[in-house]
Amino acid sequence: MSKEPVAVVGIGQTKHAAARRDVSLAGLVREAAVRALEDAGLSWADTDAVVVGKAPDFFEGVMMPELYLADALGAVGKPVLRVHTAGSVGGSTALVAADLVAARVHRTVLAVAFEKQSESNAMWGLSLPVPFQQPLLAGAGGFFAPHVRAYMRRSGAPAAVGSLVAYKDRRNALKNPWAHLHEHGLTLERVQSSPMLWDPVRYSETCPSSDGACAMVLTDRTGAARAPHPPAWVHGGAMRSEPTLFAGKDFVSPRAGRDCAAEVYRQAGVTDPRREIDAAELYVPFSWYEPMWLENLGFAAEGEGWKLTASGATELDGELPVNPSGGVLSTNPIGASGLIRFAEAALQVRGRAGEHQVDGARKALGHAYGGGAQFFSMWVVGHEPPTT
Amino acid sequence: MKPGGAGGARRTAPRDVAIVAFARSDHRGAAEGLSETEMLLPVLHAALEQAGLAPGEADFTCSGSSDYLAGRPFSFTQTLDGVGAWPPVAESHVEADGAWALFEAWVKILTGRADTALVYAHGKPSAGPLRDVLTRQLDPYYVAPLWPDSVSLAALQAQALIDAGHTDEEALAVLARRGGDDAPAGEYVVRPLRAGDCPAVTDGAAAVVLAAADTARRMCARPAWIRGIDHRIEAQALGLRDLTDSPSTRLAAERAGAFRAPVDTAELHAPFTSQEVVLRRALRLDDTVAVNPSGGAHAADPVMATGLIRLGEAAARIHRGASDRALAHATSGPCLQHNLVAVLEGETEGETKGEAR
Repeated sequence: MSKEPVAVVGIGQTKHAAARRDVSLAGLVREAAVRALEDAGLSWADTDAVVVGKAPDFFEGVMMPELYLADALGAVGKPVLRVHTAGSVGGSTALVAADLVAARVHRTVLAVAFEKQSESNAMWGLSLPVPFQQPLLAGAGGFFAPHVRAYMRRSGAPAAVGSLVAYKDRRNALKNPWAHLHEHGLTLERVQSSPMLWDPVRYSETCPSSDGACAMVLTDRTGAARAPHPPAWVHGGAMRSEPTLFAGKDFVSPRAGRDCAAEVYRQAGVTDPRREIDAAELYVPFSWYEPMWLENLGFAAEGEGWKLTASGATELDGELPVNPSGGVLSTNPIGASGLIRFAEAALQVRGRAGEHQVDGARKALGHAYGGGAQFFSMWVVGHEPPTT
Repeated sequence: MKPGGAGGARRTAPRDVAIVAFARSDHRGAAEGLSETEMLLPVLHAALEQAGLAPGEADFTCSGSSDYLAGRPFSFTQTLDGVGAWPPVAESHVEADGAWALFEAWVKILTGRADTALVYAHGKPSAGPLRDVLTRQLDPYYVAPLWPDSVSLAALQAQALIDAGHTDEEALAVLARRGGDDAPAGEYVVRPLRAGDCPAVTDGAAAVVLAAADTARRMCARPAWIRGIDHRIEAQALGLRDLTDSPSTRLAAERAGAFRAPVDTAELHAPFTSQEVVLRRALRLDDTVAVNPSGGAHAADPVMATGLIRLGEAAARIHRGASDRALAHATSGPCLQHNLVAVLEGETEGETKGEAR
């Protein structure tokens, strides 16, 4: 049985911001969806199903908001699937939508992911109340900082590497009109002297809390042939999960991440990711996660990821540009952040990334993770249809 | 209601997929002292044992649950501990009833990336006041601030049915007693709904194993083949809907092939008796069909698992040889907003076997 090849023919994002008080939840998701449909040259009626992704419903205070949003998303009379796989959910949303096309259940699917974090306080929304978790574990930074310290100790990475990532991503964001943070005049010194939040993670090395949405139109070969702009083709996609806590868990380089990458590369026929991947959009919410993921994803040997970062290879004009869009460090509507990674990877191979386009990008990786570094979703997209 | 899209959804059946195992908890009310994981674990083991699978052995795992019921974010991350996700597993989660997790798993098997899938769902509505909690599903700007609770909304629907002449309180009382309970339909909760018209909300969990083709035949003497499955949503605003009808159920049933041949069994996710009236009409079920032989959602409503249980109960009847062709239905949202319909069949003697059909 052969799967239907899946093409991304439309991508849309909102202008991301700390608070989008000018739009309702419905207005926010429509803004992204309309742009994706325009990119695809399609109307609401051309989509057969809608897949909605977002992180915890407490962020907006709406339980299963896809029910309320069905009308706004042109979904009346269609199937709506709601995905929630923690921080990886945006990536999972694209993969579930891609499966619907690959399985030939639907021809054209709209994937939408969003978060409107200004409706609540995301840091406390992520901090589980007693009795679910010990007190004083405030926010995601409190959870991940010890794992960053473990990485530094294990790899011997110099303390400045994190600031290099933040400085690079924030400068990349200046070339991305949709990015939340546009910090003109930012200097490396200012990153390095910004307040320490969760040692060793400084304020400028931390993702913002954003309102925003991302939408994507996925379709089959027939749909791709009709598309007004070049599509991105899905060459491989996978999800992997492992428990939050258990004896022997490697928080620095979780096995679920390594396994997920191996499966995606296998599907995509990638044997040497460092050479074959032209651009990577990695879920880096805290600067140090760039070198950590470079190792986890096979771009660098264990303990060597920071050297790749320090060498400048991950800059926009480097040999392996990482987060040319500015990444999660510049834009973070949590539930949408994974889909933005997947969408930005697709924009690169479509040659439609604008000012942050990587010259000649032919294969790109989109990556997302969530929970206690336990849920992973990834895809590899290419500018040509898959051969297998 | 028209099917969406110029091209519409394609009806293809490239791969036979069946429900081969089913287990559910039998709590009545609050599962005191049990975490969601502890509630789920025995159910997972029972379903896996039926299918002959070890924990973590299924090619794909998908679950359904709601953070709003649990009262904490990422509640599904804890229940993953019950799955045996080590080495890491291919896994996903829907913030919805487990019936939609089953749909996602069915799609995964159709892509050929999996031959087996573990699907589970869990809910602890006892953790909070469910009628209040469910108001958070409503339009957050115009409706939710009024806190219209789930029973009141169902009562509006019931009154609309009575006003349209489709039922009356006596007929609803007959439905309320069908579970073998001789008690009268009870006091009014919200007119015209009496206590007996409302679901027995309980904590609970359920699990199902899906398998493709020959794998399914190895795991189960009489697999419940999914001949069709589809789901459709309506606008949420009650003022935009005819509450006496369920066009999304009818469309999903058409897409699932439910009307191509009569079914002998129907498991309907109708928490309220009045909603069974709506669904029977939309699905054209007559008295020859055994409706909710399990007792239905009305007899036990472990919210977020109730829909998956309908699929599991219908499949189990096929496994037992008590049904040859069954319809299973699941719902989500206020007043039957979002509906899923599956058609399950058992193979009869002499039927052609094999992957191609």
